[in-house]
Amino acid sequence: MAKETLSPNDCRDMLIAVANKIIESEPILTDADRALGDGDHGIGMERGMNAVKEKLEGTDFETADKPFMAMGMAMMSSMGGASGAVFGTLFRTGGKAVGGVDTFGPEQLAAFFTSGTEGVQTRGGAKPGDKTMVDALVPAAEKAEEVKGSSLIDAITAVAAAAEAGKDASKAMIATMGRAKTLGERSIGHPDAGAVSVAIIVATMRDFVAS
Amino acid sequence: MAHKKLINDPLKVADELVEGLVEAYNGECDFVGARSLVLKNIPDNKVALLVGGGSGHEPIYHGLVGRNLADGAACGDIFAAPPPDIVLEATQAVSKGNGVLYLYGNYAGDVMNFDIGAELAEEEDIEVRTVLIWDDVCSAPPTEKNKRRGIAGLVPVVKLVGAASQTATSLDELEALAKKAVLNTRSVGVSMSPGSIPATGKPTFEIDEDKIGLGMGIHGEPGVGDIPMTTADELTPQMLDLIFADFDKDEDIDALKEGDEILFFVNSLGSTTMMELLIALRKAREILNTKGIKTYDVIVGPLVTCQEMSGISFSITKLDDELKKYWDLPCQSLCYSKMEGHYGG
Repeated sequence: MAKETLSPNDCRDMLIAVANKIIESEPILTDADRALGDGDHGIGMERGMNAVKEKLEGTDFETADKPFMAMGMAMMSSMGGASGAVFGTLFRTGGKAVGGVDTFGPEQLAAFFTSGTEGVQTRGGAKPGDKTMVDALVPAAEKAEEVKGSSLIDAITAVAAAAEAGKDASKAMIATMGRAKTLGERSIGHPDAGAVSVAIIVATMRDFVAS
Repeated sequence: MAHKKLINDPLKVADELVEGLVEAYNGECDFVGARSLVLKNIPDNKVALLVGGGSGHEPIYHGLVGRNLADGAACGDIFAAPPPDIVLEATQAVSKGNGVLYLYGNYAGDVMNFDIGAELAEEEDIEVRTVLIWDDVCSAPPTEKNKRRGIAGLVPVVKLVGAASQTATSLDELEALAKKAVLNTRSVGVSMSPGSIPATGKPTFEIDEDKIGLGMGIHGEPGVGDIPMTTADELTPQMLDLIFADFDKDEDIDALKEGDEILFFVNSLGSTTMMELLIALRKAREILNTKGIKTYDVIVGPLVTCQEMSGISFSITKLDDELKKYWDLPCQSLCYSKMEGHYGG
């Protein structure tokens, strides 16, 4: 039976599930980044998610925004570099937009993805088509706004599908940012590792809501 | 073969080197928070100056904390930007109620993390401004200075801004001076062989044995291109010409001309010796003298490094009366110290 809304501590548990899934996916992320970058994305995300678990596990949250923001800060301080800054911003800025509410539903889901995506774009300067995590986030955010009148499970299912499609679409793109930009057209054929991470994050949120 | 490094746990290199730095300062600075270095006894109401960046480039950036220099440094891991919470801790420690100026090299990871640090500081009512250092003329054309990297020019820039921060009465005033110091400072670097990553011993980039990377950045970022290995006297004019051309082409600053006064800095990227720097300096001064450009003061040494990377850079800072006044102030730190005035003055 899918969950209709999430309490602040449900949000915490959802984010711990995300952290576990990313840690489990480290070899996939490392392979994805090795094709295009320096291969450190998987290890960086694993380090970030271990810090997230340390921060979230056993902590009680009064409002739904707080676990997201705590996750963002934990990622920023443990990962460092550009990826810590952009992934941390997704959760911190997105989390802020969730607001100090005690239930997380489709409205909050849309607020999270819309503000989080804007935050990432402002911070990193990437546009759709640059072959970055933004290519999974922008379709996810647009879909979340479109379906915010649906049930939470329908909304997150649609958002996860949009993120997955965005990640797949990044395969055909030429990298213009970060280390991969020196590869130019040779970057075609591989998805962006950041977009792969986003797709895993959203799919895990969907599975948590469905369970 | 991996380069032999005298270290302990490879993952603790950054922490241990900053601890060592605190010892080198012998009580002049404190180790603050997770990994910041902060001057003791910063006066109340001082406009504070915070620098920072990745570790592994010693004696910058944290070595520029000192008397009449920076008030603090947020130190990252090896070749990695300091995360926002370290930036925040450093900001809180240097803040004396009159704002904090962030002054650091223009690298994407640093900009993102310092910007988040600034937002966190502002949530705590600390006013922050940022001036980026972008002296590497080979990293982008003068019309796209926002894409330029910060390299060795940061040493004269931090020296000048640190001096100005002693008497600045507002963040506006210090920000304006910092922008001028950056605008007036231009550098060109070359590399002959890479440094190594302390944790893995792997080289930071690859370059052919018989080539020089002209305009290459301190982490091996591409510049103008690879040229055949050559002599000091052949290379020196090529490097200087790139700097002269940049002053010429840039509409935001006047071309260098006869009678101008400059600071001239010859930097080693790590393993290039003082002997080689002096040979290059000798040729560079000959060219500067021929053009009638007056060298107000000279800096020579391995101050902006990347482990045992070999290569040099030249930095020119064009001076006016205001900048000369700030240059003349004495300063002391692990990275750079000088007495009152200037050599030959």
